[in-house]
Amino acid sequence: MSARVNLTLNINERDYAVSVEPRHTLADVIRDQCGLTGTHLGCEHGVCGSCTILLDGEPVRACLIFAVQCDGQEIRTVEGLSEGNELHPLQASFRDNHALQCGYCTPGFLMLAAGILERNPSISDEDLRDVLSSNICRCTGYANIVKAVRAAVAEMGRR
Amino acid sequence: MPEGKVLGKPVTRLEDQPLVTGRGRYVGDINFPHQLHMRIARSVHAHAEIRSIDTSRARALPGVFAVWTSDDIPEVGPVDFRADRASEVLKPYRQPVLARGRVRYVGDPVVAIFAEDAYVAEDAAELVDIDYSPLRIIVSADEDPGEFEPGRTTEAAFLTHTFGDVDGAFAKAHKVIELDLHTGRHSGVPLETRGAIGRYDAATDILELHGAAKVLHRNRDTLVNMLGCNPDQLHVHESHVGGGFGIRGELYPEDVLVLVAAKRLGRPVKWIEDRYEHLMCANQGREQHHLARVAVDKDGRILAMEDKIFHDQGGYVRTHGYNVANRTMCMLTGLYDVPAFRAVTHYRLTNKTPCATYRAPGRFESTFVRERLVDAVAAELGLDPVEIRRRNLIRPEQMPYKLEFDEANVENLEFDSGDYPLLFKKALDMFGWNTLQEELKRRRAAGEMIGAGMGLFLEEGGRGPSDGARIAVDSRGGVEVVTGGASLGQGFETAMAQICAEALGVDYRKIRVIHGQTDRIPYGIGAHATRATVLTGGAVHVTALAVRAKALDMASELLQLPVDSLEIVDGTVRQRSNPRGPTITLGDIAKRLAPGSKVLGGRQPGLWAEEFFNPKDTVFPYGVHLAVVKVDPGTGGVTVERFMVAYDVGRAVNPAMVEGQLVGGCLQGLGGALYEEFIYDDQGQPLAATLADYLLPTLGEAPDIEVLITEDAPSPLNPLGIKSAGEGGINGVGAAIAGAIGDAIGRPGAIRRMPVTPQRLRDILRADGR
Repeated sequence: MSARVNLTLNINERDYAVSVEPRHTLADVIRDQCGLTGTHLGCEHGVCGSCTILLDGEPVRACLIFAVQCDGQEIRTVEGLSEGNELHPLQASFRDNHALQCGYCTPGFLMLAAGILERNPSISDEDLRDVLSSNICRCTGYANIVKAVRAAVAEMGRR
Repeated sequence: MPEGKVLGKPVTRLEDQPLVTGRGRYVGDINFPHQLHMRIARSVHAHAEIRSIDTSRARALPGVFAVWTSDDIPEVGPVDFRADRASEVLKPYRQPVLARGRVRYVGDPVVAIFAEDAYVAEDAAELVDIDYSPLRIIVSADEDPGEFEPGRTTEAAFLTHTFGDVDGAFAKAHKVIELDLHTGRHSGVPLETRGAIGRYDAATDILELHGAAKVLHRNRDTLVNMLGCNPDQLHVHESHVGGGFGIRGELYPEDVLVLVAAKRLGRPVKWIEDRYEHLMCANQGREQHHLARVAVDKDGRILAMEDKIFHDQGGYVRTHGYNVANRTMCMLTGLYDVPAFRAVTHYRLTNKTPCATYRAPGRFESTFVRERLVDAVAAELGLDPVEIRRRNLIRPEQMPYKLEFDEANVENLEFDSGDYPLLFKKALDMFGWNTLQEELKRRRAAGEMIGAGMGLFLEEGGRGPSDGARIAVDSRGGVEVVTGGASLGQGFETAMAQICAEALGVDYRKIRVIHGQTDRIPYGIGAHATRATVLTGGAVHVTALAVRAKALDMASELLQLPVDSLEIVDGTVRQRSNPRGPTITLGDIAKRLAPGSKVLGGRQPGLWAEEFFNPKDTVFPYGVHLAVVKVDPGTGGVTVERFMVAYDVGRAVNPAMVEGQLVGGCLQGLGGALYEEFIYDDQGQPLAATLADYLLPTLGEAPDIEVLITEDAPSPLNPLGIKSAGEGGINGVGAAIAGAIGDAIGRPGAIRRMPVTPQRLRDILRADGR
């Protein structure tokens, strides 16, 4: 196969020196080379959003981007949300509002919501629903996901 | 009585901490040193003879370790039915692990590639050359059966379910109403695709399957028959599972391949399905054509129902045999008192993805048919849809209600308990059905195309025969509950911990629940057909009570107090009338019960117990779905304005989790009613093989679903009265939506096919000149 490229991925404020083929997706490299398996693959064609991560603060589908495109950029994954044992308000809120069942889509929703709320903490209900409709959950029917994100917004405002 | 007080509370889940922090362990997250990656080269034809296979180019690719066709594994038979579904007549229709001579659907596994890297394995699969000679392609169960193989047609079975004097009832009927109905092909489509890892440890002679789900022990039993090893040589392990819905965790060809390969190649073999494969290869379901009719008297009372069903099974018969067709027939009369019934099923193979159980198998379909018939009767006789249902519901005084079929090989049903009219009334009241009718009238008068519909349904769960549990308290008071259950994300660990905590008197958060590990417990029922909470929950309850009895017996001796004066609170035994008096913790009791302890006496060492729960029969939860929809006459688009599910679960172990099951099920049902469909062209090519084509509902399509959970009819068949909650959310959705759309467009019987896509609805409106 094509020659490997050496690059450094900065994930959750830590540098990972990796050697990748140009065709390796960011999601595969994060999972297989960096060992951060919280980023899940649901469709590998950009529809489901399970692999959503933050790239320089923007939610992106890690299955639709190649690792070689991300040299030097700031990547955040679900593993970087909590601080030590203290859950991020979104994580605690998902638990407290029963916003997950199988949990497979959860990291993608958490990163999507984190990216949006960091950019716009006072997002309207309508806009929030619009943004959250870009990811798919097959278990919950979404009601508790919306509720959890809303509750986390309130909690983040208090902090 | 136990003092825990955690049963029935909406406590947070034990499962969530690893899942929200990205530390879950799904099968894709598991890796073993030196593992190989498997990729399957699949048929691109729906039905063809395989003339030749050339794997030389694939073998030559650097990084490829082995390439197998069916010739490389002559000793491996087809994927077998589960032990409890054996049927001689269906055996010739089972799926080989790799296609032998013929392919029968697009996606049929033909060649297995094993390589050092998943990308390389995929490259190699594209280098496999297969020469096909096309055969007649059957894409519908309505077509005349073809040849499956010489001497065997594609109609694998003809099944019947009958009771009562059907012909007599139709002869004397006031009206006979006939409908031609179709349920579309859809499936569970969990967000995690399938995956499996085989690993062989030559040092212990143990073969391991990782990534299994749902029915671990039963799959192990099937596999040991197929592979010719003993159960103690095959350990089946469940990890986190990204959704099940009936289709995940069944035994598939790839599960067998990774095991055979791991042993023969001497390296762990990992296979992770991609989404394209999933939508062509994992079990699908629902696709049936019904020619249904009903005989009624002048008051709309049902005298008889009759149904002729064409069941589209796809390319092979998978692990369930003809279970879905049978469940369709036996649940067709549902919660109505029907004196006579006859259903026949033409169970036919087609050249599409094989089918099996998808959440509420046979029930989603039969509820659609039954409720369409009832709506049609109401329209024909000019009766209110609520009133006609009231007249036909089984009454509480008829419980337990028996359905006894004429056929010797058909299982009779006995509905254990229920007050169907009461739940119907509660649901209508909560929904505000009567005032809603006024509102709908006003809005229709103002030009809106809006309507309401309903689906009343019966579910079935808690089928035995038996399940066991082992509960042990360690010397520090830690409680381990070992079950043969399984978790597909439904909150199994939390529910079992709540049941154990309630009976034993400990904090549910201090309980570790083991599931899905065949090396930890010899038997297990798994998590399927709405069984887990009833069966495994029942086992955990009786086992926890046995541990409690042993703890109190020892405590009574140590504290010198009578057993019946003691209680257990937060893991500490104390006197009920004197909570500040002498106490002893369960951990200390466990220490006193250690082997060799001076106070052990004649007792069996250890604070643990192992018990089984054997329910005598199945439980039948029941429910009501109500919907309000608005139709856009220009596009044929449907907006679900309101949706409600009312469900009597007997007893809710965790109401938040029950509600989660119901809401999630409802939206999944809305997918099947309005958006999701596996479409094939006339050559059997799948046209919905990506998530851009197979449309799962997003938040944009999700209404706020209203939920009413009742506990009016606890089951008399298990100690906690549980009837379970997994499948009621989806069961009547198609029926309610179809009724609501018919009401909205002013043609009560118009919706005959699901999903009701905009194109189909536009066709109906256009035929009306609208």
